[in-house]
Formats: sequence, C-alpha cells, structure tokens
Amino acid sequence: MAKPQAAVQNKRTFPFKHFVGYLFSIVLTLLAVWVAFESELPAKVIMNVIYIFAFLQAALQLLMFMHITETSNGRIQTGTILFAVFIAITVAAGSVWVMSAGHS
Amino acid sequence: MGNAHQQTHEGLPLEYRSETGKLNILGFWIFLGAEIALFSTLFATYMVLTGRTAGGPTPQELFEMKGVLTQTFLLLTSSFTCGLAIHQMRLGNLKGIYVWLGLTLALGAGFLGFEIYEFMQYVHEGATIGTSAFWSAFFVLAGTHGVHVAFGIGWIGLIMLQLAKRGLTPETSAKVFISSLYWHFLDVVWIFIFTSVYLSGMVMSHG
Amino acid sequence: MKWDEFFVTGDPLIYGADVAIAVTVLAIVSVLTYFKRWGWLWREWLTTVDHKKIGIMYLISAILMLFRGGVDALIMRTQLAVPNAGFLNSQHYNEIFTTHGTIMIIFMAMPFLIGLMNVVVPLQIGARDVAYPYLNAVSFWTFFMGAMLFNISFVIGGSPSAGWTSYMPLASNELSPGPGQNYYLLGLQISGIGTLLTGINFIVTILKMRAPGMTLLRMPIFTWSTLVTSIIIVFAFPILTVALALMTFDRLFGSHFFTLSGEGLDMLWANLFWLWGHPEVYIVILPAFGIFSEIISTFSRKTLFGYKAMVYSMIIIAALSFLVWVHHFFTMGTGALVNSVFSITTMAIGIPTGVKIFNWLFTMYKGRIQFTTPMLWSLGFIVNFVIGGVTGVMLAMAAADYQYHNTYFLVAHFHYVLIAGTVFACFAGFHYWYPKMFGHKLNEKIGKWCFWLFMIGFNVCFMPMYFLGLAGMPRRIYTYDPESGWFSLNFVATIGAFLMGAAFILLVYNIYYSIRRQKPEVSGDPWDGRTLEWATDGAIPPHYNFAVIPKVTGLDAFWRLKKEKQRERIDDAILPIHMPSHSGKPFMMSVFFFISGFGLVFEWFWMGIVGAVGVLVIMILRSLECDKGYYVSVEEIKRDLSSIKQ
Repeated sequence: MAKPQAAVQNKRTFPFKHFVGYLFSIVLTLLAVWVAFESELPAKVIMNVIYIFAFLQAALQLLMFMHITETSNGRIQTGTILFAVFIAITVAAGSVWVMSAGHS
Repeated sequence: MGNAHQQTHEGLPLEYRSETGKLNILGFWIFLGAEIALFSTLFATYMVLTGRTAGGPTPQELFEMKGVLTQTFLLLTSSFTCGLAIHQMRLGNLKGIYVWLGLTLALGAGFLGFEIYEFMQYVHEGATIGTSAFWSAFFVLAGTHGVHVAFGIGWIGLIMLQLAKRGLTPETSAKVFISSLYWHFLDVVWIFIFTSVYLSGMVMSHG
Repeated sequence: MKWDEFFVTGDPLIYGADVAIAVTVLAIVSVLTYFKRWGWLWREWLTTVDHKKIGIMYLISAILMLFRGGVDALIMRTQLAVPNAGFLNSQHYNEIFTTHGTIMIIFMAMPFLIGLMNVVVPLQIGARDVAYPYLNAVSFWTFFMGAMLFNISFVIGGSPSAGWTSYMPLASNELSPGPGQNYYLLGLQISGIGTLLTGINFIVTILKMRAPGMTLLRMPIFTWSTLVTSIIIVFAFPILTVALALMTFDRLFGSHFFTLSGEGLDMLWANLFWLWGHPEVYIVILPAFGIFSEIISTFSRKTLFGYKAMVYSMIIIAALSFLVWVHHFFTMGTGALVNSVFSITTMAIGIPTGVKIFNWLFTMYKGRIQFTTPMLWSLGFIVNFVIGGVTGVMLAMAAADYQYHNTYFLVAHFHYVLIAGTVFACFAGFHYWYPKMFGHKLNEKIGKWCFWLFMIGFNVCFMPMYFLGLAGMPRRIYTYDPESGWFSLNFVATIGAFLMGAAFILLVYNIYYSIRRQKPEVSGDPWDGRTLEWATDGAIPPHYNFAVIPKVTGLDAFWRLKKEKQRERIDDAILPIHMPSHSGKPFMMSVFFFISGFGLVFEWFWMGIVGAVGVLVIMILRSLECDKGYYVSVEEIKRDLSSIKQ
C-alpha cells in the first residue's frame, strides 16, 4: 500500500501541536493551583477562574491531541461534543440549583 | 456496507482509509458524548452532596495536594505520550508506536497506583464509601474514572498485541486511534475531577 | 437461603403463573425438538445481525411484554372495580403497579418503536443494514436478557414494589427489603446498555449510510424522528445508568447517596431519575410522531404538509426535553423561582407540538383520504392525544399542580399521551409495515374492529380517571371506601380496561388469521407508498435489501421514481454486495450479563463476578476476531431477482 502524500510530507516534521498542547496543559494546571492557593482572590472568583482553565484544557485536548475537526466527520464530532457539554452543564448546574434552592 | 469497502481514501491517514474504520471512529466520538453525560451525572451528584459528611472526616482534613498533583502530571504526560504514539503511527513507524504506547500504559499504571494508595489512605483514616453521602460520592466519582483507566490499560495492551500480530493495517490503526481518543478523554475527565473535587474542596476550606 | 425464600410461594395467582411458564417452556422445547428446529433457531435468529430480523425479534418481545403488562393492568382494574375488594392485598397491588409501569415503558413501548426503527429505517434511507450490525445484535440481546431478568422476579425472589419511579427512601433496604428492588435496578441497567448502543448505531447509520442524493432534508420524516430520538437516547440514558448504579451501591454496598442516614439526599434520586425520565418521554413519543406523519401522508396521497416545520419542531422538542424535568416534582417545594422556570419551559414544549398537530391536519386537507386500519389509528391519535396534551398543560402550571399531583388526574393524563400517542403509533406502524416483514397485509376488517374496540375501551377506561382525580382519588392506592363516592367511575374504568384487553386478543387473532387466510403481496408496495422501504425487490426484501441502491432526487423518493417510471432495473448495475457475518457472541455475551445480574440481585457476588468475567472474555474474543464479512455474488442476486419476477 502506497504511503499517503500527507504522511510523507509529515515525515520529518516535529510533533509541534502535541508539544504546544502538553506545555499549555502543564502551565494551566500550575496556574490553577496558584490561583487556588496563592492568589488571595475571593472564593467565588477563584472558582470561576479555575473552571475556565479546566474548560480551556479540555479544549486543548480535543483540538491538539484528539484531532476533533479531522476529516469530513469533523463537524458531526464537534457538534456531538458541544451538545454533550450543553447536557453536562444542564445536569450539573441544574441539579445543584434545583437541589439547593429553597433550602438556604 | 455495500461496495464501500472497495473505495479508497488516498491522502487520509491509514485509520480513516477503510469505511469501517471511519465509521467506527465517528461512532466512538458519539460514545464519548454519552460518556460526558455519564460523568456529568456523577459530577452533579458530587456537587449536590458536597459538605454532607455527617460528622465524619471532611475532605479538607484528608486531601493532600502533593499526591494529587503527582497523579495529575502522570496522567497529563500519559495523554501527551499517547498523542505522540498517534504521530508515530501516521509516520508509519511501528516501533515508535510501541515505545510511546508502552510509556503511556506505564504512566497510566503509575496514576492508578497513586490513586489506589490514596484510597487506602482515606479508608485507613476512616473515610469509606459507607461513611457519609460525601464520601460515597467521592469514591464513586473518582473510582469510576479509575476503573475507566484500568479498563483502558487492558484494552490498549490488547490492541498492542494485535499490532504485533497483524502489523499496521487500516483495521489495527483505527483501533489504535480509537483507544487513543478514549485515553485523552480520561485525561479531560481527570482535569475536571482535579478542579471540582480537589481544588474546589481546598478553596472552600480557605474561603 | 431456603428454597421457599427463593421461589415466591403462597399465592394462587403466582402458582398459576408458575404452571403457565413451565408449560410454555416445555411446549417451546418440545416443538423445537420435534421439528428439529434448534439449528434453524440458532442460525436464522439467535446469531443473526440482519436489521429486519432483529426488528422482528424486538416486535415479538414487545408484544409479549404488552401481554404481561396488560395482564397486570387488568388485575389492578379488577381489584379497583369495587370498594374494599379483597382480590389483591396491598403488597401484591404495589408489586403489580410497579411491574406494569416499568414493563410498559421500558420493555414494551421502547422495544416496539426500536423494532419498527430497525425494520424500516435502513430501508427508508436505501442502506443494506445499520452501521454496526454486530452491535445491533448486542443491543437486542442485552435488552432481551434485561427484560427476562426483570420478568422472572415475580416467580423467583419477589417483584419490586416501589413504583416504576422507585423513589427513595421507599426503595431502600429498610422499606423494600429482599431482592425485588434489585431486579428493577439490574434489569433496567442491562437493557439500558442495549438502548444506548441502539442510539449510537442509528445516529451513525442515518448520518453516514443514506443512498446517494438523499440529503438531510430529503430524509423521510420517520427517519428524522429516529435520528432525533437516538440523539436523546445517547445523552439521556447515561444519566439513568448512573442513577441506577448509585441506588445499587446504596442497596448492596452501604453507600449513602439517597439514604436517610449519612446525610444522603432522597430527593436527589427523584432529580436524577427525571433528568433521564423526561427525555425518556420524548424517546417514546417522537418516533410515534414520525410513524403518524408517514401514514397520514401516504393515505392522504399528499406530501407531508410543513415538512421542514416538522423537522425543526422535533429538534426543538429534543432540546427542550432536557430542560423540564422538575415538573415531575413541583411539590418537592424547591421554591417559586425554580417552579416558575420549569413551568414555562414545560408549557413551551406545547408550541412545537401544536405546530405538528396543525401540520397533520393540513396534510389531510384536500387530500384523497383512505380510511385504512393504520390511518384509523392515526386519526384516533390526533383526537385523543390533544386531550392528553391539553391536560398536560394544566399539570404544567406549578401552582395548580399541587392539586393534581399524585391523583388519578395525572394517571389519566399520561395514559392519554402514552397510549393515544405511543401505543396507537405502535399499532398503526405494525399494521402499516407488517406486509414488508411478512409478505401479506393484516386483515383490514378485523383490524378496524380491533381499532374501534380499543379506541372506545381506552376512552371508557381513562376519561373517568380525570374526574376521579378531580374528586381526590390518589394514585397507587389498592382499595377505597364506599363513602368516597369513587365506585361508579372506577367500575366504568374497569369495563373500559377489559374492552382494551378484548381488542388485544383481536389483534393477536388477526395475526393468526392473516397468516392463514390473507393473500400474499407480490409487488412490495401494498399501500402505494411514497418512501424507499416500498421500493425493495420483492414483498419481503432480500437480506441485502436492494440489488441496486436507488438514487434519490427529492422528498418522497419512491413516489418520484414511480411517477418518472424509472423502476426498470439495469442488470449491469448489479455489483457484488458486501455483508456482515453472523455471530453468536452477542447472544452469549448477553447470557453472561444475565448471569451477572442474577447474581447481584441475590447478592451472590461470586456469580456476579463469573458473569462479568464472561462478558469481558467475549469482548476480548471479539476484539481479536478478524472478520471482514462476506460478499453476495452477482449470480446470486440475479437468481433472487428472477425468482421474485415469477
């Protein structure tokens, strides 16, 4: 089987995307730890910031490592994950809201 | 199905070149969507039950950042090495796949070792699944992730055996690629466990 | 454990069931042995991956479950026919309403619809099978084994009795001791795996395997409804998986998710259950909408009115279905803001649903309507479903719901939507697509009798329940006082229930009669249909469905082909067809699931582990398997075609 053109061109390329992804995931993790323990921000702000970092890291994994947009199926794959995120936020935030409202 | 198997997809990486491989990869993405729903339910349960320790040990007393950070870096690195394995696969380098996948599994096993040690530590200090609602939620959320990691180690090991037997074919490369998606996904889940269980737990004790 | 704790004893009804089960099993075994059909059963059915055969097995199971759930219903109605009846005691009554609800939703409505999807959708989109035929077999067998595990509870160990919603703390070890509730948890868990896989399978099938030319907005509406339903399944069922698992941990391993001790939160169960449960309602109603759309269009001899509006309204319903779950427990008292928000989202669903009702009416407007049996069911649906829908909007008002909650008003409402919606659709679709499965129509005359009997019985049974609810009769009570004033309406309702039972017998008789008496269809297009499932070669399609995949140029693809008279086949276009191999692994894997589930029900953990190991071993064997299917040769296809022409 002949090697596909793209792979041949790839042969000597450095896995640039992967290194960037890895670097950023380390940096974001450390930043989150710093914000949580050292930043002296109000708890609510801290929570928002560390969740934003978490979503950024998730996006890094999807784009840099998992190649979510690859091939003609990329749009379906992206749509699936975006809808899943909508469901996840509904389930988690919705449950917390419903189960705590009226009790405080 | 149909005559699709005779079609070729020149120019695409090997794992996408058979129709079955392409379909399986898409199907697995949709399965990951279901996994997101599954874990979000566990997260919802954990968040709702936070603080319900029934007079038993609290997370602030038991969580230790050092071990958790080690676990996090082990898994982050394993996700990176798993990505490099796919990079090698696309270069057609079978040996490179073995090296990087092997390293991935080793890091994954390390993560699992730390997690089991952590759990044993908690049990030792009197926090089990039956201690309180909070600890039930903690152990089942982290435990479900841990079981996924253990399953992933077995699964990727099995696929490496098939690589050794059959070499890089459209079928085996699709399997490697799908298992890599699974592995990266487990890293994503861990990021959220790290954030909403460990970091939040600590922040709440500060604030 | 002693044997009399293992088997349920001391109740004549149960002994009767024991005898009936033993006789049935004996009869099946001896018939198979006498006619030497064991090999046939294994080769043609237990190992099949053909979507049409899997669909037929789903339908047979669903009709069996309809019988079981229906008998439960009749037993309940008998008990409630008169005040202070002694036919059932309270525990037995609780068990029966629990199994009735669970079986009808999980093991009757869903498999019936999934069965029709299996038979029809690949044909409608011009595909040879689903995207993952092996997985499809796994889906069916896990559903089947889960259903069997749930069903044996009433003779072995005792049935669950905490209602199909299994609210905590009622379903806890303290208030529901014994294996009954475990059957519920594990039976649903195992069959849920199959449902999730079905969802993934149909999404990929519909998105990736359509015939050339069939764009998304040229797909038949039933295919659209299947796609939207599958998306809901994929994102809703994992929530149930987790909820069931957490309750299993509570019962088996002493965790405190929903318990009263350990600061558990009993209402968290209700929250998680309905996070799945409300989308589930749309999982069983959207395919029904699809079926009615196909039938109304076919028998009005017109293209569906407002096709795009139908598609968009389904998508909106799917998204909203995840945002309304709290309306099932307004009375939890979570506060005015939460209740108001969920009131509004709930009422909002009425809008896209109303759009659909008007589209069906406009489809019929100026159409040449044929009153066939499937069309009668569809017309009956529109009228009755509107009654159910309007009372639903009444229930959606949180403040008013405090009055309706947990009364027969609610019972009447959800039977009006689930029976007039889902069950009517199952019957309509069953009559409509029956010739595609078995090569002959069901008898129209018996079919129409069955429809009228059922429709009238349904209204006689459930209309009084609205008034019983308003008169204050709570649901799930096993008897009532004569002074309550509920006797006469209850008695009427019981008469209605038995009329529906009679209609069911007529339906089964119709199948028997039609197999013997109805003349075979030859054209494959008995209703002058509009979509591709009627374009197959022969009345019953060959296992590869189409010798040559049709090309699609617009909506109502087959109607266009017929009008353009392009049905002549070009023999040169026939190419070898790739098909998947049969496999016994899905069946065996599901048997191991059953073993594992049965072990966990009785907390025999060794048995649970043995079953789980069996499942894993089969998964490993499947992974190591190198099976690329087989090809059907051009000669064989031509041989099939010429035998059809004769």
